[in-house]
Amino acid sequence: MIDQLITVIVALIVAPLIGGLLFGFDRKITARLQGRYGPPIIQPFYDFFKLLGKQHIAVSKLQFIWIYGYLTFMVVSLLFLVLKLDILLLVFLLGFAGVCFVLGAFSTKSPYAHFGANRELLQILAYEPVLLFLALGVYAQNGSFLISEIFKQDKPLLFTLWPLFIAVLFILTIKMRKSPFDISTSHHAHQEIVRGTVTEYSGPYYALIQLVEWYELVLLLGIIALFWTNPLWVGILIALGAFILELLIDNIAARLTARWMVRLSWSVGLVLGIINIAYLYLTKGVA
Amino acid sequence: MGLIEKSRIKSPWILHFDNSSCNGCDIEILACLTPLYDVERFGMVNMGNPKHADVLLITGPVNRRTARVLKNLYAQVPDPKIVIAVGTCASSGGVFHNCYNVLGGVDKVIPVDVYIPGCAARPEAIIDGVVLALQKLASLRGDKK
Repeated sequence: MIDQLITVIVALIVAPLIGGLLFGFDRKITARLQGRYGPPIIQPFYDFFKLLGKQHIAVSKLQFIWIYGYLTFMVVSLLFLVLKLDILLLVFLLGFAGVCFVLGAFSTKSPYAHFGANRELLQILAYEPVLLFLALGVYAQNGSFLISEIFKQDKPLLFTLWPLFIAVLFILTIKMRKSPFDISTSHHAHQEIVRGTVTEYSGPYYALIQLVEWYELVLLLGIIALFWTNPLWVGILIALGAFILELLIDNIAARLTARWMVRLSWSVGLVLGIINIAYLYLTKGVA
Repeated sequence: MGLIEKSRIKSPWILHFDNSSCNGCDIEILACLTPLYDVERFGMVNMGNPKHADVLLITGPVNRRTARVLKNLYAQVPDPKIVIAVGTCASSGGVFHNCYNVLGGVDKVIPVDVYIPGCAARPEAIIDGVVLALQKLASLRGDKK
């Protein structure tokens, strides 16, 4: 019990630090790829603290409830990962977090936020089924949704679930809101639909959004690391490799339309997922 | 100097607004973002959203139509904020100062903290002006009205 409590506290403190550093690394790498020098690695923390010191401007009281909901669901799903609980519930909690984000944008009157929220819903439509298939794939392989069960296996999940691994890499781009799928809000193109879903957040509340993004990034990379848990450092290396791959794709790809995003993620992600799970059931016998 | 004050200097997010400029100064502002000058190394990011901005970079003389927009944008930027008038026209109205539709410089409508002269203002001058503004920003408090 005490062990779990310590894990929770460490995860709550360390995850945003890692997430923030990764985002700083992202900005540096992106700048270098564009032939620029780029900001310091700890730039996201400067941005964060600056935003904390700014004036509160309330556009709608309701959006604050949703932003805290977004933070809470994201943190709880991260805790599900570090406490090695149920991966299916983790996927659902992540879905709730996404819905909170959308409702936060819908609770304001800004047409730009509404535009972003509609697109964010399409993003959820694109990635949520793939994450669900990942949970089902883990069940088909291990006979359990528990993440602790994944850690007990000697053979890494990557060997049997590699089609799902590709599918998860695909939706990582959507979830990190990177090109070609940065359609609801973009890290680089600040002028398009103003800022989409986060248009109406300012000052400390925008800082909260950034905090959630850091938690989210760590959570996603953690899910990718689950593909190789024995030893775990290989999984972490794979996750970092995936992160750098995303940065590369972000810088070489132009944005696609929302329709193409759903079409591609369903045709690649769902097909790979279904084939993967069907193959597992055929070879292992129906459970 | 506290953590927040230090961060304020390290991360000025810029909102660029063109009143009725000839676009000369606007091109120079965008030149600051290119690899040659790369202001992002100082944490400056060109924001499209006034609600996320700290520094208002304004070019061109204010005319009767843009005055309303400018006031609106100024009100939407959360405190603490800094206003920089870029170029001669934004500072004083420049060659347009007597036009029937021109009110004059930006300071006729909203308070200006830093004036950057030049026609067009050079990227070096713009970066210099923003750095000057940051020293002022550091001394401002979050609850300034």
